[in-house]
Amino acid sequence: MAGLPDPMVPSPLRVQRVRRETYDTFTLELEPANGADGFSFAAGQFNMLYAFGVGEVPISISGDPTKPQTLVHTVRSVGAVTQAICKLKRGDVLGVRGPFGSHWPVEEAAGGDVVIVAGGIGLAPLRPVIYYLLSNREKYGRLALVYGARTLQDLLYNPELEKWRGHFDLAVEVTVDTAAASYRGNVGVVTTLIPRVQFDPLQTAVMVCGPEVMMRFTLRELEARGIGPENIFMSMERNMKCAVGFCGHCQFGPTFICKDGPVFRYDQIQAFFAKREV
Amino acid sequence: MSTETLERVLAEHPFFKHLQRPYLELLAECASRVRFNAGEVIFRESEPANLFYVIRRGKVAVETFAPNRGPIIIQTIGEEGLLGWSWLIPPYRRRFDARAVELTWVIALDGERLREMCEKDHDFGYELMKRVADIMDQRLQATRLQLLDVYDGVRS
Ligand SMILES: Cc1cc2nc3c(=O)[nH]c(=O)nc-3n(C[C@H](O)[C@H](O)[C@H](O)COP(=O)(O)OP(=O)(O)OC[C@H]3O[C@@H](n4cnc5c(N)ncnc54)[C@H](O)[C@@H]3O)c2cc1C
Repeated sequence: MAGLPDPMVPSPLRVQRVRRETYDTFTLELEPANGADGFSFAAGQFNMLYAFGVGEVPISISGDPTKPQTLVHTVRSVGAVTQAICKLKRGDVLGVRGPFGSHWPVEEAAGGDVVIVAGGIGLAPLRPVIYYLLSNREKYGRLALVYGARTLQDLLYNPELEKWRGHFDLAVEVTVDTAAASYRGNVGVVTTLIPRVQFDPLQTAVMVCGPEVMMRFTLRELEARGIGPENIFMSMERNMKCAVGFCGHCQFGPTFICKDGPVFRYDQIQAFFAKREV
Repeated sequence: MSTETLERVLAEHPFFKHLQRPYLELLAECASRVRFNAGEVIFRESEPANLFYVIRRGKVAVETFAPNRGPIIIQTIGEEGLLGWSWLIPPYRRRFDARAVELTWVIALDGERLREMCEKDHDFGYELMKRVADIMDQRLQATRLQLLDVYDGVRS
């Protein structure tokens, strides 16, 4: 990241804007507090966000990789640190180190179809992919976004979902796990949407992020559609501490999520993905 | 619609894909084309389940009623989906309500006649059972995932 020289020392960033996505999830736009440059990152990478006096957590970058002036994160309040981050207001300062980790293979996927499967907050690390694909639309075949959330109230990025739906060359399928009878959209788990999406199984990259159980069910569905494990990419967001492969907190089989991941090609983790003890 | 056209329409539906021609002919004989307007009730819980439906176009909500919560959608079934298998399992009564969410075109099949056919021709019956079992398996897996409520609280 330009402007953040030492990966172990957080740099101060100032909150420019806070957007309430849902009752527990907020999107923060950050800019350097010390006038440093913007932040180049690749879609899928994350930063360590440090809420002063509370703690530090890994959070994916959810902004547009072609607009590095502003750093964007979407945070769901689940515990002490994320709660503190979600309470920040415009003008408050946050410590940031990064960007870390592997990225989605957006360039390698050029020339084929791309299917994005997101569950819950898992859409956050995939949003940069959507931005990238749409600004390089001519390089890809069919594009599809399949997104599932618990209820209507849990859907992230509503205005953008509407906009993306309006794109005739991006298929957007959204579903919620349950809904009241007045709802006119899809109800059912995210895997039920996969059979509906059109793609060429031999020429498709699938990028998946969501709770691990959801990813496991998704893998089965993708397999049934003829997608090989070498064409499936998933972001493993188990918890971590140092983010640079020192501490071993996020060891996952023979890999470390922080430096080898979070984005893995499925065939590289297949042997230990479904194992309970790793 | 003539039985010949219905046969073609059925042959194109994923549920009947690669089904042998004579079986498709049998099915077409007990099939009819039906349209439901948005909001229209297709069936209600505990009614006799004589028909089942393959959805050609539109969307159907499968609902149940919970006290204090009102009607809840359990799932929606869209294009190329299959609605209802209570026609196959005693006591042949609906377990849920079904309502068209939007203008929906379906092929309705007479379950009672199909049951008779299955009894008479076990090869046909087995072929149909395998396909229904596959749909049931998909629904069961989806229900399991739904029950795990994976988005609740924290990332799991
Ligand atoms: C690479 C990576 C990217 C991430 N990106 C995002 C993001 O974009 N937005 C976002 O909101 N969150 C993201 N997370 C998850 C986020 O880091 C955790 O929610 C956060 O660390 C929780 O800290 P806390 O102090 O608020 O809660 P804690 O008190 O630490 O935890 C609260 C509860 O959440 C559980 N939990 C914490 N972290 C995780 C996790 N990673 N997976 C499953 N359960 C967990 C704990 O077991 C506990 O039950 C990401 C995690 C990783 C590893």
